[in-house]
Amino acid sequence: MIEITNLVKKYHSKEKLVTAVDNVSLTVAKGEIFGIVGYSGAGKSSLLRCINLLERPSSGSVKVNGQELTGVPERELRKARVKMGMIFQHFNLISSKTIGENIGFALKAAHYPKKKRKARVNELLQMVGLSDKKDAYPSQLSGGQKQRVGIARSLANEPSVLLCDEATSALDPSTTKSILALLKKINRELGITVILITHEMEVVKEICDRMAIMQDGKIVEQGSVYDIFADPKNELTREFTSSILQFDIPDQALEKVEGTLVKVQFKGTTAGEGVISDMLKQYAVQGNFLHGKIEYIQEIPLGIFVLELKGDPVEIKRAIEYIEERTKQVEVLKGVA
Amino acid sequence: MSLDHVIELLPEINQAFLETLYMVGISLGVAVLIGLPLGVILFVTDKGLFLENGPVKTVVGFIVNMVRSIPFIILLVALIPITQWIVGTTIGPTAASVSLSVAAIPFFARIVETSLREIDKGVIEASVAVGASPWMIIKDVLLPEAKPSIIQGLTLTAISLVAYSAMAGVVGGGGIGDLAIRFGYYRYDNTIMVTTVIVLILFVQILQLAGDRFAKLVDKR
Ligand SMILES: Nc1ncnc2c1ncn2[C@@H]1O[C@H](COP(=O)(O)OP(=O)(O)OP(=O)(O)O)[C@@H](O)[C@H]1O
Ligand SMILES: [Mg+2]
Repeated sequence: MIEITNLVKKYHSKEKLVTAVDNVSLTVAKGEIFGIVGYSGAGKSSLLRCINLLERPSSGSVKVNGQELTGVPERELRKARVKMGMIFQHFNLISSKTIGENIGFALKAAHYPKKKRKARVNELLQMVGLSDKKDAYPSQLSGGQKQRVGIARSLANEPSVLLCDEATSALDPSTTKSILALLKKINRELGITVILITHEMEVVKEICDRMAIMQDGKIVEQGSVYDIFADPKNELTREFTSSILQFDIPDQALEKVEGTLVKVQFKGTTAGEGVISDMLKQYAVQGNFLHGKIEYIQEIPLGIFVLELKGDPVEIKRAIEYIEERTKQVEVLKGVA
Repeated sequence: MSLDHVIELLPEINQAFLETLYMVGISLGVAVLIGLPLGVILFVTDKGLFLENGPVKTVVGFIVNMVRSIPFIILLVALIPITQWIVGTTIGPTAASVSLSVAAIPFFARIVETSLREIDKGVIEASVAVGASPWMIIKDVLLPEAKPSIIQGLTLTAISLVAYSAMAGVVGGGGIGDLAIRFGYYRYDNTIMVTTVIVLILFVQILQLAGDRFAKLVDKR
Protein backbone atom coordinates (compact mmCIF):
# COMPACT_ATOMS: atom_id res chain seq x y z
CA MET A 1 0.00 0.00 0.00
CA ILE A 2 2.47 2.63 1.20
CA GLU A 3 6.12 1.74 1.02
CA ILE A 4 8.72 4.21 2.17
CA THR A 5 12.31 3.16 1.67
CA ASN A 6 15.43 4.92 2.93
CA LEU A 7 13.71 8.26 2.82
CA VAL A 8 15.83 11.32 3.52
CA LYS A 9 14.60 14.91 3.61
CA LYS A 10 17.09 17.70 4.11
CA TYR A 11 16.33 21.40 4.29
CA HIS A 12 18.93 23.92 3.26
CA SER A 13 18.19 27.03 5.19
CA LYS A 14 20.59 29.90 5.79
CA GLU A 15 24.02 28.27 6.19
CA LYS A 16 22.38 25.42 8.06
CA LEU A 17 21.53 21.97 6.79
CA VAL A 18 18.69 20.29 8.65
CA THR A 19 18.09 16.59 8.16
CA ALA A 20 14.41 16.45 9.04
CA VAL A 21 13.88 12.85 7.89
CA ASP A 22 16.88 10.59 8.28
CA ASN A 23 16.80 7.35 6.35
CA VAL A 24 13.30 6.21 7.24
CA SER A 25 11.82 2.97 5.97
CA LEU A 26 8.21 2.19 6.66
CA THR A 27 5.45 0.03 5.26
CA VAL A 28 1.80 0.69 5.90
CA ALA A 29 -0.69 -1.99 4.92
CA LYS A 30 -3.97 -1.35 3.17
CA GLY A 31 -6.83 -0.52 5.53
CA GLU A 32 -4.54 0.15 8.46
CA ILE A 33 -4.54 3.14 10.80
CA PHE A 34 -0.90 3.96 11.35
CA GLY A 35 0.23 6.47 13.96
CA ILE A 36 3.50 8.38 14.01
CA VAL A 37 4.40 10.02 17.31
CA GLY A 38 7.30 12.17 18.35
CA TYR A 39 8.10 15.46 19.95
CA SER A 40 8.06 18.76 18.12
CA GLY A 41 10.76 18.91 15.48
CA ALA A 42 11.14 15.14 15.24
CA GLY A 43 10.35 15.31 11.54
CA LYS A 44 6.84 13.89 11.57
CA SER A 45 5.30 16.50 9.31
CA SER A 46 8.24 16.36 6.94
CA LEU A 47 7.82 12.59 6.64
CA LEU A 48 4.09 12.87 6.07
CA ARG A 49 4.50 15.64 3.51
CA CYS A 50 6.97 13.51 1.60
CA ILE A 51 4.26 10.89 1.11
CA ASN A 52 2.15 13.14 -1.11
CA LEU A 53 5.26 14.96 -2.31
CA LEU A 54 4.31 18.32 -0.82
CA GLU A 55 8.00 18.13 -0.02
CA ARG A 56 10.37 16.59 -2.53
CA PRO A 57 12.42 13.94 -0.73
CA SER A 58 16.17 14.44 -0.92
CA SER A 59 16.61 10.74 -1.55
CA GLY A 60 14.83 7.45 -1.08
CA SER A 61 11.61 6.10 -2.45
CA VAL A 62 7.91 6.58 -1.77
CA LYS A 63 5.52 4.08 -3.30
CA VAL A 64 1.77 4.42 -2.98
CA ASN A 65 -0.42 1.67 -4.42
CA GLY A 66 2.61 0.34 -6.23
CA GLN A 67 3.35 3.66 -7.95
CA GLU A 68 6.73 5.24 -7.35
CA LEU A 69 6.06 8.91 -6.66
CA THR A 70 9.52 10.42 -6.42
CA GLY A 71 10.64 11.84 -9.72
CA VAL A 72 7.14 11.79 -11.15
CA PRO A 73 6.31 14.89 -13.25
CA GLU A 74 4.04 17.52 -11.69
CA ARG A 75 1.02 16.65 -13.82
CA GLU A 76 1.13 12.97 -12.84
CA LEU A 77 1.70 13.97 -9.26
CA ARG A 78 -1.50 16.00 -9.24
CA LYS A 79 -3.40 12.92 -10.32
CA ALA A 80 -1.81 10.88 -7.56
CA ARG A 81 -2.62 13.55 -4.97
CA VAL A 82 -6.28 13.40 -5.89
CA LYS A 83 -6.26 9.87 -4.51
CA MET A 84 -4.56 10.94 -1.28
CA GLY A 85 -6.61 13.01 1.14
CA MET A 86 -4.91 15.24 3.67
CA ILE A 87 -6.18 16.98 6.78
CA PHE A 88 -4.39 19.56 8.86
CA GLN A 89 -4.10 20.81 12.41
CA HIS A 90 -5.42 24.24 11.47
CA PHE A 91 -7.94 22.88 8.95
CA ASN A 92 -6.71 25.15 6.14
CA LEU A 93 -10.09 25.90 4.62
CA ILE A 94 -10.50 28.62 2.00
CA SER A 95 -12.01 31.43 4.07
CA SER A 96 -13.56 33.24 1.12
CA LYS A 97 -15.53 30.18 0.03
CA THR A 98 -18.55 28.54 1.63
CA ILE A 99 -18.29 25.04 3.04
CA GLY A 100 -19.97 23.68 -0.07
CA GLU A 101 -17.57 25.59 -2.32
CA ASN A 102 -14.56 24.38 -0.33
CA ILE A 103 -15.52 20.79 -0.98
CA GLY A 104 -16.52 21.65 -4.53
CA PHE A 105 -13.01 22.98 -5.13
CA ALA A 106 -11.50 19.56 -4.36
CA LEU A 107 -13.90 18.00 -6.86
CA LYS A 108 -13.04 20.64 -9.43
CA ALA A 109 -9.34 19.96 -8.94
CA ALA A 110 -10.00 16.34 -9.84
CA HIS A 111 -12.09 17.36 -12.88
CA TYR A 112 -15.17 15.79 -11.35
CA PRO A 113 -18.12 16.37 -13.73
CA LYS A 114 -19.64 19.75 -12.94
CA LYS A 115 -23.23 18.52 -13.08
CA LYS A 116 -22.66 15.88 -10.45
CA ARG A 117 -20.65 18.07 -8.06
CA LYS A 118 -23.59 19.41 -6.10
CA ALA A 119 -24.92 15.95 -5.30
CA ARG A 120 -21.47 14.74 -4.29
CA VAL A 121 -20.96 17.75 -1.99
CA ASN A 122 -24.27 17.00 -0.27
CA GLU A 123 -23.33 13.37 0.10
CA LEU A 124 -19.99 14.28 1.70
CA LEU A 125 -21.53 16.82 4.05
CA GLN A 126 -23.99 14.21 5.18
CA MET A 127 -21.18 11.76 5.80
CA VAL A 128 -19.51 14.18 8.23
CA GLY A 129 -22.79 15.35 9.73
CA LEU A 130 -22.78 18.94 8.46
CA SER A 131 -25.61 19.00 5.93
CA ASP A 132 -27.00 22.22 7.34
CA LYS A 133 -23.72 24.14 7.01
CA LYS A 134 -23.36 24.02 3.26
CA ASP A 135 -23.71 27.78 2.75
CA ALA A 136 -21.88 28.87 5.87
CA TYR A 137 -18.37 30.32 5.71
CA PRO A 138 -15.50 28.69 7.64
CA SER A 139 -15.35 31.61 10.08
CA GLN A 140 -18.87 30.72 11.23
CA LEU A 141 -17.88 27.19 12.26
CA SER A 142 -16.36 25.73 15.41
CA GLY A 143 -12.99 23.98 15.29
CA GLY A 144 -14.55 20.53 15.30
CA GLN A 145 -16.92 21.49 12.50
CA LYS A 146 -14.04 22.94 10.47
CA GLN A 147 -12.14 19.70 10.81
CA ARG A 148 -15.22 17.81 9.62
CA VAL A 149 -15.23 20.00 6.53
CA GLY A 150 -11.52 19.26 6.13
CA ILE A 151 -12.32 15.56 6.30
CA ALA A 152 -15.17 15.90 3.81
CA ARG A 153 -12.83 17.76 1.44
CA SER A 154 -10.13 15.13 1.80
CA LEU A 155 -12.61 12.36 1.02
CA ALA A 156 -14.16 14.13 -1.97
CA ASN A 157 -12.33 12.15 -4.62
CA GLU A 158 -12.51 8.75 -2.95
CA PRO A 159 -8.90 8.56 -1.87
CA SER A 160 -7.23 5.33 -0.87
CA VAL A 161 -5.05 7.07 1.69
CA LEU A 162 -5.79 9.75 4.26
CA LEU A 163 -2.86 11.71 5.70
CA CYS A 164 -3.57 13.49 8.98
CA ASP A 165 -1.13 16.05 10.34
CA GLU A 166 -2.03 16.71 13.99
CA ALA A 167 -5.68 16.61 13.01
CA THR A 168 -6.95 16.86 16.57
CA SER A 169 -4.23 18.92 18.21
CA ALA A 170 -6.22 22.14 18.03
CA LEU A 171 -9.38 20.58 19.46
CA ASP A 172 -10.72 20.03 22.95
CA PRO A 173 -10.83 16.47 24.36
CA SER A 174 -14.47 15.73 23.60
CA THR A 175 -14.25 17.14 20.06
CA THR A 176 -11.05 15.15 19.60
CA LYS A 177 -12.94 11.99 20.51
CA SER A 178 -15.68 12.68 18.00
CA ILE A 179 -13.19 13.43 15.21
CA LEU A 180 -11.26 10.26 16.03
CA ALA A 181 -14.48 8.29 15.94
CA LEU A 182 -15.23 9.77 12.53
CA LEU A 183 -11.77 8.83 11.26
CA LYS A 184 -12.23 5.31 12.52
CA LYS A 185 -15.61 5.07 10.87
CA ILE A 186 -14.14 6.26 7.58
CA ASN A 187 -11.36 3.73 7.90
CA ARG A 188 -13.72 0.85 8.61
CA GLU A 189 -16.52 1.73 6.22
CA LEU A 190 -14.55 3.01 3.26
CA GLY A 191 -11.44 0.91 3.78
CA ILE A 192 -9.21 3.98 3.58
CA THR A 193 -5.68 3.63 4.89
CA VAL A 194 -4.99 6.32 7.46
CA ILE A 195 -1.61 7.68 8.48
CA LEU A 196 -1.78 10.08 11.35
CA ILE A 197 0.77 12.17 13.11
CA THR A 198 0.37 13.26 16.66
CA HIS A 199 2.23 14.03 19.82
CA GLU A 200 -0.62 12.68 21.94
CA MET A 201 -0.44 8.99 22.84
CA GLU A 202 -4.13 9.18 23.72
CA VAL A 203 -4.90 9.52 20.02
CA VAL A 204 -2.75 6.55 19.06
CA LYS A 205 -4.22 4.43 21.83
CA GLU A 206 -7.71 5.35 20.70
CA ILE A 207 -7.62 4.43 17.03
CA CYS A 208 -4.28 3.22 15.68
CA ASP A 209 -3.44 -0.36 14.74
CA ARG A 210 0.28 0.13 14.41
CA MET A 211 2.61 2.96 15.29
CA ALA A 212 6.10 4.34 14.95
CA ILE A 213 8.02 6.62 17.28
CA MET A 214 10.20 9.29 15.71
CA GLN A 215 13.15 11.15 17.13
CA ASP A 216 15.63 13.38 15.31
CA GLY A 217 14.30 12.28 11.94
CA LYS A 218 14.65 8.60 12.67
CA ILE A 219 12.13 5.94 13.58
CA VAL A 220 13.33 4.55 16.89
CA GLU A 221 10.66 1.91 17.33
CA GLN A 222 7.65 0.60 15.46
CA GLY A 223 5.12 -2.15 15.89
CA SER A 224 1.56 -2.90 16.87
CA VAL A 225 0.19 -0.33 19.27
CA TYR A 226 -0.59 -3.00 21.85
CA ASP A 227 2.90 -4.48 21.81
CA ILE A 228 4.47 -1.08 22.11
CA PHE A 229 2.30 -0.14 25.06
CA ALA A 230 2.80 -3.48 26.75
CA ASP A 231 6.51 -3.73 26.19
CA PRO A 232 8.21 -0.53 25.03
CA LYS A 233 11.88 -1.11 24.18
CA ASN A 234 13.15 2.40 23.55
CA GLU A 235 13.66 5.04 26.20
CA LEU A 236 11.59 7.62 24.33
CA THR A 237 8.84 5.10 23.65
CA ARG A 238 8.64 4.40 27.36
CA GLU A 239 8.31 8.10 28.00
CA PHE A 240 5.38 8.27 25.61
CA THR A 241 3.59 5.15 26.85
CA SER A 242 3.99 6.22 30.44
CA SER A 243 1.90 9.28 29.63
CA ILE A 244 -1.01 6.82 29.42
CA LEU A 245 0.07 4.08 31.77
CA GLN A 246 1.61 6.18 34.49
CA PHE A 247 0.35 6.04 38.02
CA ASP A 248 1.22 8.10 41.02
CA ILE A 249 1.25 6.64 44.47
CA PRO A 250 1.29 9.40 47.06
CA ASP A 251 4.48 9.65 49.10
CA GLN A 252 2.51 9.24 52.29
CA ALA A 253 1.22 5.89 51.11
CA LEU A 254 4.71 4.87 50.05
CA GLU A 255 6.16 5.73 53.44
CA LYS A 256 3.71 3.40 55.10
CA VAL A 257 4.91 0.52 52.95
CA GLU A 258 6.84 -1.88 55.13
CA GLY A 259 6.98 -4.93 52.93
CA THR A 260 8.04 -5.39 49.32
CA LEU A 261 6.43 -3.23 46.65
CA VAL A 262 5.89 -4.93 43.30
CA LYS A 263 4.43 -3.79 40.01
CA VAL A 264 2.72 -6.45 37.94
CA GLN A 265 1.60 -5.99 34.36
CA PHE A 266 -0.94 -8.25 32.70
CA LYS A 267 -1.29 -8.61 29.02
CA GLY A 268 -4.46 -9.43 27.16
CA THR A 269 -6.37 -12.44 28.33
CA THR A 270 -4.19 -13.30 31.31
CA ALA A 271 -6.70 -12.83 34.07
CA GLY A 272 -4.72 -10.54 36.29
CA GLU A 273 -6.63 -10.85 39.48
CA GLY A 274 -6.64 -14.65 39.13
CA VAL A 275 -2.85 -14.83 39.19
CA ILE A 276 -2.66 -12.64 42.26
CA SER A 277 -5.28 -14.56 44.19
CA ASP A 278 -3.67 -17.88 43.26
CA MET A 279 -0.37 -16.52 44.51
CA LEU A 280 -1.90 -15.35 47.77
CA LYS A 281 -3.42 -18.78 48.31
CA GLN A 282 -0.23 -20.70 47.60
CA TYR A 283 2.27 -18.64 49.53
CA ALA A 284 2.27 -17.40 53.07
CA VAL A 285 2.25 -13.72 52.15
CA GLN A 286 -0.18 -10.89 52.67
CA GLY A 287 -1.10 -8.77 49.68
CA ASN A 288 -2.19 -5.17 49.80
CA PHE A 289 -3.24 -3.31 46.62
CA LEU A 290 -1.94 0.22 46.24
CA HIS A 291 -2.88 0.78 42.64
CA GLY A 292 -4.79 -0.95 39.91
CA LYS A 293 -5.55 0.10 36.35
CA ILE A 294 -6.72 -1.61 33.20
CA GLU A 295 -6.32 0.16 29.86
CA TYR A 296 -8.02 -1.21 26.77
CA ILE A 297 -5.73 -0.83 23.79
CA GLN A 298 -7.14 -2.00 20.48
CA GLU A 299 -9.84 -3.53 22.67
CA ILE A 300 -7.37 -5.79 24.45
CA PRO A 301 -6.93 -5.21 28.15
CA LEU A 302 -3.57 -4.16 29.56
CA GLY A 303 -3.55 -4.20 33.35
CA ILE A 304 -1.12 -2.73 35.83
CA PHE A 305 -1.26 -3.48 39.55
CA VAL A 306 0.96 -2.28 42.33
CA LEU A 307 0.85 -4.25 45.53
CA GLU A 308 2.65 -4.51 48.77
CA LEU A 309 3.67 -7.99 49.89
CA LYS A 310 4.26 -8.69 53.56
CA GLY A 311 5.48 -11.79 55.28
CA ASP A 312 8.49 -14.05 55.38
CA PRO A 313 11.15 -12.79 52.89
CA VAL A 314 11.69 -16.28 51.50
CA GLU A 315 7.98 -16.68 50.83
CA ILE A 316 7.86 -13.27 49.22
CA LYS A 317 10.74 -14.19 46.93
CA ARG A 318 8.93 -17.38 45.89
CA ALA A 319 5.68 -15.53 45.40
CA ILE A 320 7.36 -13.03 43.10
CA GLU A 321 8.97 -15.83 41.13
CA TYR A 322 5.55 -17.39 40.77
CA ILE A 323 4.05 -14.21 39.32
CA GLU A 324 7.09 -13.76 37.10
CA GLU A 325 6.55 -17.19 35.68
CA ARG A 326 2.90 -16.58 34.93
CA THR A 327 3.03 -13.02 33.65
CA LYS A 328 6.64 -12.37 32.66
CA GLN A 329 6.01 -8.77 33.71
CA VAL A 330 6.85 -8.09 37.28
CA GLU A 331 9.06 -5.44 38.74
CA VAL A 332 10.14 -4.87 42.33
CA LEU A 333 9.78 -1.18 43.11
CA LYS A 334 10.83 -1.18 46.75
CA GLY A 335 12.17 -3.61 49.32
CA VAL A 336 13.91 -6.93 49.01
CA ALA A 337 12.97 -9.54 46.48
CA MET B 1 -12.21 84.45 -1.92
CA SER B 2 -15.45 84.96 -3.77
CA LEU B 3 -18.11 82.42 -4.53
CA ASP B 4 -18.94 84.22 -7.76
CA HIS B 5 -15.46 83.62 -9.04
CA VAL B 6 -15.74 79.93 -8.28
CA ILE B 7 -19.10 79.70 -10.01
CA GLU B 8 -17.70 81.53 -12.97
CA LEU B 9 -14.93 78.96 -13.28
CA LEU B 10 -17.14 75.99 -12.53
CA PRO B 11 -17.05 74.66 -16.11
CA GLU B 12 -13.25 74.72 -16.02
CA ILE B 13 -13.16 72.96 -12.64
CA ASN B 14 -15.65 70.42 -13.84
CA GLN B 15 -13.64 69.77 -16.97
CA ALA B 16 -10.43 69.41 -14.95
CA PHE B 17 -12.06 67.01 -12.52
CA LEU B 18 -13.32 64.81 -15.35
CA GLU B 19 -9.84 64.78 -16.85
CA THR B 20 -8.37 63.68 -13.53
CA LEU B 21 -11.00 60.97 -13.29
CA TYR B 22 -10.14 59.89 -16.80
CA MET B 23 -6.38 59.72 -16.18
CA VAL B 24 -6.76 57.89 -12.89
CA GLY B 25 -9.33 55.53 -14.41
CA ILE B 26 -7.15 54.57 -17.37
CA SER B 27 -3.97 54.08 -15.38
CA LEU B 28 -5.84 52.14 -12.69
CA GLY B 29 -7.23 49.89 -15.41
CA VAL B 30 -3.78 49.31 -16.88
CA ALA B 31 -2.38 48.70 -13.39
CA VAL B 32 -4.93 45.96 -12.80
CA LEU B 33 -4.46 44.47 -16.25
CA ILE B 34 -0.66 44.26 -16.04
CA GLY B 35 0.22 44.87 -12.39
CA LEU B 36 -2.07 42.16 -11.06
CA PRO B 37 -0.51 39.34 -13.10
CA LEU B 38 2.96 40.67 -12.26
CA GLY B 39 2.10 40.68 -8.57
CA VAL B 40 0.85 37.11 -8.83
CA ILE B 41 4.06 36.10 -10.62
CA LEU B 42 6.17 37.78 -7.95
CA PHE B 43 4.34 35.72 -5.33
CA VAL B 44 3.94 32.26 -6.85
CA THR B 45 7.55 32.08 -8.00
CA ASP B 46 8.66 32.40 -4.39
CA LYS B 47 10.81 29.73 -2.84
CA GLY B 48 8.69 26.85 -1.59
CA LEU B 49 5.61 27.83 -3.56
CA PHE B 50 3.96 25.86 -6.30
CA LEU B 51 5.57 27.72 -9.20
CA GLU B 52 8.93 28.35 -7.55
CA ASN B 53 11.23 29.95 -10.11
CA GLY B 54 14.24 31.95 -8.99
CA PRO B 55 15.27 33.52 -12.30
CA VAL B 56 11.76 34.72 -13.21
CA LYS B 57 11.28 36.17 -9.75
CA THR B 58 14.63 37.96 -9.87
CA VAL B 59 14.03 39.47 -13.31
CA VAL B 60 10.45 40.61 -12.63
CA GLY B 61 11.45 41.88 -9.20
CA PHE B 62 14.35 43.85 -10.69
CA ILE B 63 12.21 45.54 -13.34
CA VAL B 64 9.53 46.40 -10.82
CA ASN B 65 12.06 47.90 -8.44
CA MET B 66 13.78 49.79 -11.22
CA VAL B 67 10.62 51.55 -12.37
CA ARG B 68 9.59 52.20 -8.78
CA SER B 69 12.89 53.86 -7.97
CA ILE B 70 12.45 56.53 -10.67
CA PRO B 71 10.76 59.66 -9.26
CA PHE B 72 7.48 60.26 -11.06
CA ILE B 73 8.43 63.70 -12.28
CA ILE B 74 11.46 62.20 -14.05
CA LEU B 75 9.42 59.34 -15.42
CA LEU B 76 7.03 61.91 -16.84
CA VAL B 77 9.79 63.59 -18.80
CA ALA B 78 11.72 60.44 -19.66
CA LEU B 79 8.66 58.80 -21.18
CA ILE B 80 7.87 61.68 -23.52
CA PRO B 81 9.21 59.88 -26.64
CA ILE B 82 7.29 56.73 -25.83
CA THR B 83 4.16 58.74 -25.11
CA GLN B 84 4.52 60.47 -28.47
CA TRP B 85 4.84 57.08 -30.12
CA ILE B 86 1.84 55.50 -28.39
CA VAL B 87 -0.63 58.39 -28.20
CA GLY B 88 0.67 60.66 -30.98
CA THR B 89 0.94 63.66 -28.65
CA THR B 90 2.69 64.55 -25.41
CA ILE B 91 0.11 66.86 -23.88
CA GLY B 92 -3.38 66.28 -22.56
CA PRO B 93 -4.82 63.67 -20.21
CA THR B 94 -4.40 60.70 -22.56
CA ALA B 95 -0.70 61.43 -22.91
CA ALA B 96 -0.34 61.81 -19.15
CA SER B 97 -2.07 58.45 -18.70
CA VAL B 98 0.93 56.69 -20.25
CA SER B 99 3.37 57.81 -17.55
CA LEU B 100 0.76 57.32 -14.86
CA SER B 101 0.17 53.75 -16.03
CA VAL B 102 3.87 52.99 -16.10
CA ALA B 103 4.18 54.24 -12.53
CA ALA B 104 1.04 52.46 -11.36
CA ILE B 105 1.93 49.00 -12.71
CA PRO B 106 4.90 48.21 -10.42
CA PHE B 107 3.27 50.01 -7.51
CA PHE B 108 0.17 47.87 -7.76
CA ALA B 109 2.20 44.71 -8.50
CA ARG B 110 4.02 45.05 -5.17
CA ILE B 111 0.74 45.69 -3.40
CA VAL B 112 -0.77 42.55 -4.91
CA GLU B 113 2.32 40.58 -3.94
CA THR B 114 2.05 41.80 -0.35
CA SER B 115 -1.65 41.00 -0.24
CA LEU B 116 -1.01 37.45 -1.45
CA ARG B 117 1.72 37.04 1.12
CA GLU B 118 -0.86 37.56 3.86
CA ILE B 119 -2.69 34.40 2.83
CA ASP B 120 -2.23 31.50 5.21
CA LYS B 121 0.39 29.20 3.64
CA GLY B 122 -1.57 26.23 4.94
CA VAL B 123 -4.53 27.08 2.72
CA ILE B 124 -2.29 27.11 -0.35
CA GLU B 125 -0.75 23.85 0.73
CA ALA B 126 -4.15 22.25 1.22
CA SER B 127 -5.02 23.26 -2.34
CA VAL B 128 -1.84 21.70 -3.68
CA ALA B 129 -2.54 18.56 -1.65
CA VAL B 130 -5.98 18.28 -3.18
CA GLY B 131 -4.35 18.04 -6.62
CA ALA B 132 -5.34 21.47 -7.97
CA SER B 133 -3.40 22.95 -10.90
CA PRO B 134 -1.46 26.21 -10.46
CA TRP B 135 -4.01 28.13 -12.52
CA MET B 136 -6.86 26.77 -10.41
CA ILE B 137 -5.07 27.74 -7.22
CA ILE B 138 -4.46 31.27 -8.47
CA LYS B 139 -8.01 31.75 -9.70
CA ASP B 140 -9.97 29.94 -7.01
CA VAL B 141 -7.81 30.33 -3.93
CA LEU B 142 -5.21 33.11 -4.10
CA LEU B 143 -7.27 35.87 -5.69
CA PRO B 144 -10.49 35.25 -3.71
CA GLU B 145 -8.54 34.95 -0.46
CA ALA B 146 -6.64 38.18 -1.10
CA LYS B 147 -9.60 40.06 -2.57
CA PRO B 148 -10.36 42.37 0.38
CA SER B 149 -6.69 43.23 0.73
CA ILE B 150 -6.26 43.76 -3.01
CA ILE B 151 -9.25 46.10 -3.05
CA GLN B 152 -7.65 48.10 -0.25
CA GLY B 153 -4.48 48.17 -2.34
CA LEU B 154 -6.41 49.33 -5.36
CA THR B 155 -7.80 52.21 -3.29
CA LEU B 156 -4.29 53.11 -2.21
CA THR B 157 -3.11 53.00 -5.83
CA ALA B 158 -6.02 55.19 -6.94
CA ILE B 159 -5.24 57.78 -4.28
CA SER B 160 -1.56 57.82 -5.19
CA LEU B 161 -2.57 58.22 -8.80
CA VAL B 162 -4.67 61.27 -7.95
CA ALA B 163 -1.56 62.83 -6.44
CA TYR B 164 0.61 61.79 -9.39
CA SER B 165 -1.96 63.03 -11.88
CA ALA B 166 -1.74 66.46 -10.31
CA MET B 167 1.98 66.40 -11.07
CA ALA B 168 1.16 65.65 -14.67
CA GLY B 169 -0.14 69.22 -14.77
CA VAL B 170 3.48 70.37 -14.85
CA VAL B 171 3.87 69.06 -18.39
CA GLY B 172 0.40 70.16 -19.47
CA GLY B 173 -1.28 66.88 -18.74
CA GLY B 174 -4.63 68.38 -17.87
CA GLY B 175 -6.74 67.64 -14.84
CA ILE B 176 -7.01 69.32 -11.46
CA GLY B 177 -3.27 69.75 -11.10
CA ASP B 178 -3.04 71.49 -14.43
CA LEU B 179 -5.82 73.84 -13.40
CA ALA B 180 -4.11 74.63 -10.12
CA ILE B 181 -0.87 75.45 -11.92
CA ARG B 182 -2.44 77.54 -14.64
CA PHE B 183 -4.65 79.62 -12.37
CA GLY B 184 -3.27 79.26 -8.88
CA TYR B 185 0.43 79.41 -9.72
CA TYR B 186 0.78 81.53 -12.83
CA ARG B 187 -2.11 83.92 -12.11
CA TYR B 188 -1.91 83.98 -8.31
CA ASP B 189 -5.58 83.00 -8.19
CA ASN B 190 -5.95 81.78 -4.62
CA THR B 191 -9.63 81.02 -4.99
CA ILE B 192 -8.94 78.43 -7.62
CA MET B 193 -6.02 77.07 -5.62
CA VAL B 194 -8.16 76.54 -2.55
CA THR B 195 -11.03 75.14 -4.58
CA THR B 196 -8.83 72.57 -6.26
CA VAL B 197 -7.41 71.52 -2.93
CA ILE B 198 -10.92 71.07 -1.54
CA VAL B 199 -11.98 69.09 -4.59
CA LEU B 200 -8.95 66.83 -4.22
CA ILE B 201 -9.52 66.32 -0.50
CA LEU B 202 -13.15 65.38 -1.07
CA PHE B 203 -12.27 63.11 -3.94
CA VAL B 204 -9.64 61.23 -1.94
CA GLN B 205 -12.01 60.89 1.03
CA ILE B 206 -14.71 59.46 -1.17
CA LEU B 207 -12.28 57.03 -2.80
CA GLN B 208 -11.07 55.81 0.58
CA LEU B 209 -14.58 55.45 1.94
CA ALA B 210 -15.81 53.56 -1.10
CA GLY B 211 -12.74 51.32 -1.07
CA ASP B 212 -13.14 50.46 2.60
CA ARG B 213 -16.82 49.73 2.13
CA PHE B 214 -16.24 47.48 -0.82
CA ALA B 215 -13.34 45.65 0.82
CA LYS B 216 -15.49 44.96 3.87
CA LEU B 217 -18.35 43.76 1.73
CA VAL B 218 -16.28 41.03 0.07
CA ASP B 219 -14.48 39.99 3.24
CA LYS B 220 -15.76 36.64 4.52
CA ARG B 221 -13.18 36.10 7.22
N1 LIG C 1 10.59 24.33 5.22
C1 LIG C 1 11.57 24.09 6.12
N2 LIG C 1 12.77 24.70 5.99
C2 LIG C 1 13.77 24.47 6.86
N3 LIG C 1 13.69 23.64 7.91
C3 LIG C 1 12.52 23.00 8.10
C4 LIG C 1 11.40 23.19 7.22
N4 LIG C 1 10.37 22.43 7.65
C5 LIG C 1 10.82 21.79 8.75
N5 LIG C 1 12.10 22.12 9.02
C6 LIG C 1 12.93 21.59 10.12
O1 LIG C 1 12.88 20.18 10.07
C7 LIG C 1 12.76 19.62 11.35
C8 LIG C 1 11.53 18.73 11.41
O2 LIG C 1 10.39 19.51 11.26
P1 LIG C 1 8.91 18.93 11.19
O3 LIG C 1 7.99 20.03 10.95
O4 LIG C 1 8.89 17.79 10.24
O5 LIG C 1 8.74 18.38 12.68
P2 LIG C 1 7.44 17.83 13.40
O6 LIG C 1 7.82 16.54 14.02
O7 LIG C 1 6.29 17.83 12.48
O8 LIG C 1 7.22 18.90 14.54
P3 LIG C 1 5.86 19.51 15.11
O9 LIG C 1 5.33 18.51 16.08
O10 LIG C 1 6.32 20.75 15.80
O11 LIG C 1 4.94 19.78 13.97
C9 LIG C 1 12.74 20.78 12.31
O12 LIG C 1 14.03 20.93 12.83
C10 LIG C 1 12.37 21.95 11.47
O13 LIG C 1 12.93 23.13 11.95
MG1 LIG D 1 4.41 18.93 12.41
